[in-house]
Amino acid sequence: MKKHDQYPGGPAAPGRGEKPKDLIGTWKKLLAYCRKYLPVLILALICAVGSTVLTLAGPDKLSDMTDTITEGVSPDIEKLQQIGTAVTEQISSNTQSLIEAITGPLTDQEAFSQKTMQILSSQELTQEEKLAFQQALAQMEQQGLEALLDLPEGVLQILFSPVEVRDVTLSWSDQVQTLAALTGEAPDLEALPETALSLIYTDLSFEGATISGSDQQSLTALMAGLDPADEAAALDVIDHLPASVYDLVMTGIDMDRIVDIGTLLICFYVLSFLLSVIQNWSMASVTQRVSKTMRSDISGKINRLPIGYYDRTTTGDVLSRVTNDVDTIGQSLNQSIGSLVHAVVLLLGSLLMMLITNVTLTVTAVLATAIGFVFMFAIMGRSQKYFVRQQSCLGRINGYIEEIYSGQTVVKAYNGEDNARKTFEEMNGQLRSAGFKAQCLSGLMQPLMTFIGNFGYMAVCVVGGALALEGKIKFGVIVAFIMYVRYFTQPLSQIAQSMQMLQSAAAAGERVFAFLEAQEMADESHKTKKLENVQGYVDFDHVKFGYEGSGRIIIHDFSAAAKPGQKIAIVGPTGAGKTTLVNLLMRFHEIQGGQIRIDGVPTQELRREDVHAQFCMVLQDTWLFEGTVRENLVYSTPNVSDEKVQEACRAVGLDHFIRTLPHGYDTVLNDQVSLSQGQKQQLTIARAMIADRPMLILDEATSSVDTRTEQKIQEAMDKLMEDRTSFVIAHRLSTIKNSDLILVLKDGDIIESGTHNALLEKGGFYAELYNSQFEQGEESA
Amino acid sequence: MLKILKYLKKKDWLYFAVALVFIVCQVKLELTMPEYMSEITMLVQTPGSEMADILYNGGMMLLCALGSLVACVITAVCSARVGSDLAAELRGQLFHKVQSFSMEEIGRFSTASLITRSTNDVTQVLTLIVMGMQLLIKAPLTAAYAIYKIAGKSWQWTAATAIAVVVLLAVVGIAIVLALPKFKKMQKLTDNLNRVTRENLTGLRVVRAYNAESYQEAKFERANQELTQTQLFSQHTMAFLMPSIQGVMSGLSLSIYWIGAVLINAAGMLEKIELFSEMVVFSTYAMQVVMSFMMLVIIFMMLPRASVAAARIHEVLDTEPAIEDGHGSQGQPGMTGEVEFRNVSFRYPDAEEDVLHDISFTAHKGQTVALIGATGCGKSTVINMVPRFYDVTEGQVLVDGVDVKDYTQTQLRNKIGYVSQKATLFTGTVRTNVAFGDNGRADLGDFVEEAVDTAQAREFVEKLEGTYDGYVAPGGTNLSGGQKQRLSIARAVCRQPEILIFDDSFSALDYKTDRILRQTLAEKCADATELIVAQRIGTIRDADLIIVLDEGRIAGKGTHQELMETCEVYRQIAYSQLSKEELA
Repeated sequence: MKKHDQYPGGPAAPGRGEKPKDLIGTWKKLLAYCRKYLPVLILALICAVGSTVLTLAGPDKLSDMTDTITEGVSPDIEKLQQIGTAVTEQISSNTQSLIEAITGPLTDQEAFSQKTMQILSSQELTQEEKLAFQQALAQMEQQGLEALLDLPEGVLQILFSPVEVRDVTLSWSDQVQTLAALTGEAPDLEALPETALSLIYTDLSFEGATISGSDQQSLTALMAGLDPADEAAALDVIDHLPASVYDLVMTGIDMDRIVDIGTLLICFYVLSFLLSVIQNWSMASVTQRVSKTMRSDISGKINRLPIGYYDRTTTGDVLSRVTNDVDTIGQSLNQSIGSLVHAVVLLLGSLLMMLITNVTLTVTAVLATAIGFVFMFAIMGRSQKYFVRQQSCLGRINGYIEEIYSGQTVVKAYNGEDNARKTFEEMNGQLRSAGFKAQCLSGLMQPLMTFIGNFGYMAVCVVGGALALEGKIKFGVIVAFIMYVRYFTQPLSQIAQSMQMLQSAAAAGERVFAFLEAQEMADESHKTKKLENVQGYVDFDHVKFGYEGSGRIIIHDFSAAAKPGQKIAIVGPTGAGKTTLVNLLMRFHEIQGGQIRIDGVPTQELRREDVHAQFCMVLQDTWLFEGTVRENLVYSTPNVSDEKVQEACRAVGLDHFIRTLPHGYDTVLNDQVSLSQGQKQQLTIARAMIADRPMLILDEATSSVDTRTEQKIQEAMDKLMEDRTSFVIAHRLSTIKNSDLILVLKDGDIIESGTHNALLEKGGFYAELYNSQFEQGEESA
Repeated sequence: MLKILKYLKKKDWLYFAVALVFIVCQVKLELTMPEYMSEITMLVQTPGSEMADILYNGGMMLLCALGSLVACVITAVCSARVGSDLAAELRGQLFHKVQSFSMEEIGRFSTASLITRSTNDVTQVLTLIVMGMQLLIKAPLTAAYAIYKIAGKSWQWTAATAIAVVVLLAVVGIAIVLALPKFKKMQKLTDNLNRVTRENLTGLRVVRAYNAESYQEAKFERANQELTQTQLFSQHTMAFLMPSIQGVMSGLSLSIYWIGAVLINAAGMLEKIELFSEMVVFSTYAMQVVMSFMMLVIIFMMLPRASVAAARIHEVLDTEPAIEDGHGSQGQPGMTGEVEFRNVSFRYPDAEEDVLHDISFTAHKGQTVALIGATGCGKSTVINMVPRFYDVTEGQVLVDGVDVKDYTQTQLRNKIGYVSQKATLFTGTVRTNVAFGDNGRADLGDFVEEAVDTAQAREFVEKLEGTYDGYVAPGGTNLSGGQKQRLSIARAVCRQPEILIFDDSFSALDYKTDRILRQTLAEKCADATELIVAQRIGTIRDADLIIVLDEGRIAGKGTHQELMETCEVYRQIAYSQLSKEELA
């Protein structure tokens, strides 16, 4: 595994921070890779756009609702004033006509002289009364009708004969009262008699509503005592308004509209929910399927790459591509694309909406946000080095812990604990301070984001307020802007985050595609030559080989021949090319010159699997997998009977042991079952026996077991070698003494060959190698 | 989880308290802000408001925002302080603890696990402390304060908020119940996929030799399919989570406004205005309440992982090392280099059988004692008891006539030069590696060159860039196996010990170097007692005493010649390596 995979991120590391070499190119490849799912991907993106648009539209509608409520809450003062005016107007016109109706008969010269005559000739009136009347008549020149009002009842009765106004008959006293109330310096409506009142406060029809006389009466009474500066009192007045007026002034909240907006919003929310779910669901499906295909492709690719490829890479590297890299790609596909689309639409949408609504406020909002972000990026830029330092400190201390823990025995045996502790404390202190700084800075991000949001809000409110007071914009604009500012600041950090994810996905993608695009082994489907009933002749004919790209020739000119049933040993110092030779025979590597023939057929003319099918192979590395004993033994060989499995195990002396396992042949081999090296090797030998192929390769098969165990296994191996052409690589020379042919390799060439005895006699390299085991013995002997 | 907090120092509690105070400030300020917000809203809404009022409220809001920013920063700094202090403390404690462990405890935990506990697990705890400390306090505080603010307002709104919280918790709860088991399973399935891939990669040659490519691919496909299905299920469940949360939040504000409209409509004029501003404030606080509950949910999702990590850390810290220091002794006067095993038996705790049974032998000053036997017979265990990597279960191990348990570990190990089976080198230079540690007597740096020469390493060391100050990569990866082995032998020689212990330390050397090295050792360290574990008969045939071990018992004791005559096991080992003539 690579270092950065072992210690993922560390606390609060900003992203994975990995930079791809070719961001666009890799993403093109990634998208091309998803081609099959393009329709689903597009659906998801459309859903993302849709739900974002709804997100933008939702608050707009909600602010409509607020506006509707606001309208319902505030009284219509203007209308109240209109009503007041209308009422006053009607009252004064009514008063006018009433007065006219009463005074009509008095101002008519003829009727008045008649009434004068009547009074003066009346028998019932006393002399004083008549005299008073005459005096009043004289005063009328100056005082008008008022002069008549204080006359004695009898006079008045005659003077004010009942008058009928709009079906209401006014008696003489009513008339006198009315005149008294209305004609004074200040007309006093309260002093009016009932009849007169009913004539003055007539029903008023205002905008289709009727305000009754009594309502008008209480309205005028309320309005009379009102102090225009006292807001609370004014509101109180509204509360006490007569119902007919109240209804006109307070339209109330338009509940129909509320219900309409509410229903629409519910539709929005439901739709937005559905769109988001569809988006998430389909994105998840696409990414999972793509990840799966990618993993399968990598797995397939593993087996199509030449073995040589793995000389240059480690197991951990390929493994991390299958899991970590594919995961990274999947996650960013799943999250970053969706949220990027969402964020961009939100950003552009809110910007557009803002521009449409008001340019000045847009500039304010964008500026306020920009200032915030410049500030934030300035801090971020500075903090980068602290994150890097924290990572490197963490890496160093983790490395040190690993080193000291693994070397614990040595540290203790040499009393190195004090020194180790000192070094550790030093590193720990450094990490503590580096970690502290990095933590601080990363803790700063969230509050800063919030602050930028609040700052934008405040700026919009203040500038908007100023504009509203100047009457340039309406209140609703500010409410809308408050929402837009929020939508404007929010996606900026989201975009930054998604970009980082896209980058790390591209970096991962680069590694995956590099693997998937690596040169495969040549296609061999056209080869038709087959081997049947192989005898076991193997010829190396002037074989030449060097690793691709290294330019160095490892095997220069190798020739050898094996006859059926022979045991061929290959010996030589490390790096002489022993294993390479076997790899060439198996066609794990392609030779660069000469030929290797099996029963006379060059292996290059055969398909690789056909070559493989001729050999059993037992390697030093005892490869077992997690599975039952039987699965491990049978492996990929088809149609193997249980008898054959048991027979093979008996032959390698393992049958008894397997039967003692908890589930016999069906015991699952895993960490819990501990097998010794020897037993593992016996299993692989049994596996080779079951595969039952015409030839055998043993590559250092016994070098990892101790010599006594080796002897036990040796019997099994001898059995396996019977009647098979065998190639044996061994560094313990005692195991190959009985070979039919020993090939001594040095630097890729055969320097000696022959049987054990012949080679010893020759006294060459082999003899030296062999004897070096015993030199001390000779000295002491 | 809370037990972790006991590793906080007084100073950190102070920081913690400061953070607490500022979190309270933060909550207070953050929840005051909506008031100014609604004030501004009202002002803007009312015709005839003064610009000065708007500016005043705007200024107040900005002050609150700034104040909350400052409080946030202080909290962040404090919690970063507490977090990094705690992490450093835990790391330090773990490191010291592990250093005091004997091989037995290390074996129980395994080195890899101890490393993860000291690194990743600490990081996990740190993350939770830093995030959790703020959220865990802030969330309930915000919720409580917001609830207090809106309490006693209309019960209809409160009911709507309560319903929203309940729905939200239910949604998250369902998602967790459905998806969490899958998440757990996912880890297993990922491991499984990894295992199958690793199998294919490590067994590349076997796979191809058996033409088993399609077998492996089918196996992979099964694992892949299973993983994909599980991931699909959990992700599809999660697909509902965010939209649901969003929906609940939007629904809540809509219902507060809707309910508000109805309430306002029914209210008197004076109450109308009041209700309206209450509604605006309520919707802000209701959101805060819902958000706080969300934060709590997030913490509770983080908690299990971190508490597992914390438990794993505790497990190490609570383990008492089995090996206790003795009172101190210098060994019996006049005795040096004497090692005696007296009826020693050893078994692992809880094991049913002895690993070693009744082992007795004595090595005198300057002698060479060799141990031989099949793999797993207990050879290494025997010699690991001398430096007290393990303690005997029965019997006694004596060095210089004193039980090893009576020495302090430092005193004991000052007498010993130990070379392990696997050469362990540390990052640094040749010099720092050879002069590693301390023998309590002299400055080891003075003997480096001599020791390197004795260990037959002079030739390659002097060829290195920087010679004795040449760089040694982590784990000595820039040196070959034989070179590493020779340096680790030089390290032992450099201590000038009374007793040299070689645990199969010659196997990486070729026969010739092996021979020369042993000759030089015999000359230069003639006074040192040597205990050797070996595989090769050639390496040990000249030893003064050879002990043959078979399944934890002594199968034979004597010189090469004696054993060839008397010990069947020894003969078998010998014949498996050399022919009769060669042994003659």
